[in-house]
Amino acid sequence: MEDVLPYLLFLLLFAAPFALGVIGKVRENAHLEDIKRRDEMHRGFPVVDIQVLPAGMEPRGSEIVLGQVVIASDYLKNFFASYRAIFGGEVKSFSRMVERGKAEARLRMIEEARGKGAAAVINVRFETSQIGAASGRAGQAMSEVLCYGTAIYT
Amino acid sequence: MIVVNTESVPGYRIIQLKGLVQGNTIRAKHIGRDIGASLKNLVGGELTGYTELLTESRRQAMERMMQQAEQLGANAIVNVRFTTSSVAAGAAELYAYGTAVTVEPVA
Repeated sequence: MEDVLPYLLFLLLFAAPFALGVIGKVRENAHLEDIKRRDEMHRGFPVVDIQVLPAGMEPRGSEIVLGQVVIASDYLKNFFASYRAIFGGEVKSFSRMVERGKAEARLRMIEEARGKGAAAVINVRFETSQIGAASGRAGQAMSEVLCYGTAIYT
Repeated sequence: MIVVNTESVPGYRIIQLKGLVQGNTIRAKHIGRDIGASLKNLVGGELTGYTELLTESRRQAMERMMQQAEQLGANAIVNVRFTTSSVAAGAAELYAYGTAVTVEPVA
């Protein structure tokens, strides 16, 4: 029993967070690829954050559309980010997480609008908020992204 | 009920202002979901349980806002805004507000 203890400790302290980090990284890359692919699909569909309709568009109906996602960072990133907080500067791992959330929320809104047959989405707004973890672990980064706009039907 | 977040309804004109309407809801997370989410938190990525919960709650806040507008006799809500804040650990407040108006088609 005594000789496995150091290995167990090693596993808990380093190997496990590292493995989780690798899984997180793989999943993140897959998600970023997916975002790229979907972005390509919706190229040419007008999505703007102004209230002016594209020229020549005759609106017949309009409706609010929403896209939302709750996204969390992985264990390893949380660990590194806590060190980043000592020296300051850009927390790249978290910027990527929020970027993923923003893109996902935006794409969901676009997909809802296109699914309903809209011709454009205008007045797009983003909102990010931190939702508290019930377990009270302060270091865990988790953010909610909401993207909304007005879908225009012609 | 036409609900938009623009200052006017495209293709319609506002004939009467009914005033501010709002809807809110405070939701606590289900313990099962919370355990699931904390496991998911280890590898990161989307927390589907939370996304569903917030989607559901936001819809409820919007429905309450629409009910208020209906009581005022409005047929549209313009300039809708959303805010989210956490009131306590494990509970989030979702708030939707807008201006209730009566609109009619331009043509």
